[in-house]
Amino acid sequence: MTIPATLQGRAWVWPDNVNTDIIIPFRFKARTNDPVEMAKYAMYGFDPEFYKKVKQGDLFVAGRNFGGGSSREQAPVAIKYAGVAAVVVESFARIFYRNSFAIGLPALEVPGISKEVKQFEELEVNVENWSVKRLRDGRVFQALKVPGFLRNLMREGGLVEYYKRHKTFPWEQLQTAAATA
Amino acid sequence: MRAQSNNRPLSPGEITVLPVDMAMAQDSTGPLAIKVFEEMGVGKVWDPSRIHLVIDHTYPAADEKVAKLHILMRAFAKKHGVRLVEGSISHQHLLENHVVPGMVLFGADSHTCQGGAVGAFATGVGSSEMAGLWATGKLWVRVPETIRVNITGEFKKGVYARDLISHFIGMVGEDGGNYMSLEWKGPAVRTLSIASRACVSNNSMECGCKLSIFEVDALTQEYFRSVGRESIQEVHAGLKATYKDTHDVELGKLEPEVAEPGNVDKVKSVDELEGTPIDQSFIGSSTNGRVEDLVVAAKILKGHRVKTGSRCIVTPASRQVFEYAISNGLAETFLQSGAVFTNATCGACVGTHLGALGENEVCISSSPRNYTGRMGATSAKIYLASPATCAASAIEGKIADPRKYL
Repeated sequence: MTIPATLQGRAWVWPDNVNTDIIIPFRFKARTNDPVEMAKYAMYGFDPEFYKKVKQGDLFVAGRNFGGGSSREQAPVAIKYAGVAAVVVESFARIFYRNSFAIGLPALEVPGISKEVKQFEELEVNVENWSVKRLRDGRVFQALKVPGFLRNLMREGGLVEYYKRHKTFPWEQLQTAAATA
Repeated sequence: MRAQSNNRPLSPGEITVLPVDMAMAQDSTGPLAIKVFEEMGVGKVWDPSRIHLVIDHTYPAADEKVAKLHILMRAFAKKHGVRLVEGSISHQHLLENHVVPGMVLFGADSHTCQGGAVGAFATGVGSSEMAGLWATGKLWVRVPETIRVNITGEFKKGVYARDLISHFIGMVGEDGGNYMSLEWKGPAVRTLSIASRACVSNNSMECGCKLSIFEVDALTQEYFRSVGRESIQEVHAGLKATYKDTHDVELGKLEPEVAEPGNVDKVKSVDELEGTPIDQSFIGSSTNGRVEDLVVAAKILKGHRVKTGSRCIVTPASRQVFEYAISNGLAETFLQSGAVFTNATCGACVGTHLGALGENEVCISSSPRNYTGRMGATSAKIYLASPATCAASAIEGKIADPRKYL
């Protein structure tokens, strides 16, 4: 599935340090391999009924260190399969960030964004020029740059789709380093 | 640790690709990696001898749903000939048997950074990237900036490696090391055992870092000799190493540290929280379930009883630690004190079995995370502390200073 250039939707605004145990508790994520099942527990730590309230195409906005803690890929998977089209935050925790690209969930870092967006405000995320537009006044916020190979990976829907299409992995074109002491 | 490309040293921020020596996935990330690998239709793994599947998070299976995922892992291991490990926590199993200085280890588990305790480039990734790694034997990395932590002095009585890393996380905050590499330096490093270094490197994840590295020194070499494994490579920071930041920590100024519920960086000294009632004390996890942790817990619990109305659960990090505890009387002490002594598993730390918390329950735990809902009910509260502080708290049924029992 290729992700379109622009994604318009209403924003759920979350605080700083939304960790992976809040996004999907272990006891649920470690008992299924089905992304649709995982989505039922998205944001469970804040609201066990979140999956009933979220609408297809909604967006996430949050503060610093979104997705901290566990390596669980089920966290971005639960958010994506709950219907969320993109996550725009001040900063991501390292593994959540990698996982988002690997599963094809648009993940943009925009410093200051959590103070600029109100709950359920309409935004347009542009995954081509890597920016976010606030529709009430048309103000555009530029996201921090990301290497092209990662953006392509995300646009193509993540590693499974990418490999099926190209029969190669995105890092295979990059230069290999020798790790030395 | 530096990386080179075409003999040119790489700078922080650059993207490069690393050939990988070892890849690990466990039973809460491996099943998804297997599913992704099969959906990709890659066919064969790059090198079965370098791939570990570890069943450790909910071992043995707590219910049918978990059992189904374990069956999937066993079948994949058999089909592809990869290594299957059951009943030891991955990080401790790999440290005891496989991790060597300079090794590149990727694990589908955030605490994989524990391998830095013996100078490995060890870090966590997710399931899809693990599947891609199984296919190619390589993975991309962003060269991290490095934070140097200079440690001096000696711990006071009742203060341990866990208090050092808790204090450090409190200093820099829960994203204070995000994307970065920690490098532990200074004269006090040589006083930290490999188990203590493993605790520090493991728990460094809680400030978001990618790597947490100790240089290989005489103690590392001695460790490898003592377990019959020779280390292959010395690891030192290059003379031209540059640091984004340097922190100094004087060990003699540290107290037994306790993190308050909800965030790992809300760290206070034990005297500020002493007397807080608890329902459960958990001693174990990959952060603090090693022999030295169980030895100090047993020392404190010996001759005492776990407070009536509260529970104490002791969970070793590996089969090796479990067997040591049985053979050396530690298990007996735990049982005599009224504690529950379990097999090695991640268990209570992730609220999956053997010590999950119910509504509004309070736990003090030597595990790495106190996030909302981590160990069970969303309303449960988790304090984090060293095994010594957890053991003392078990005796009193409230948060207690371990020093009065030492």
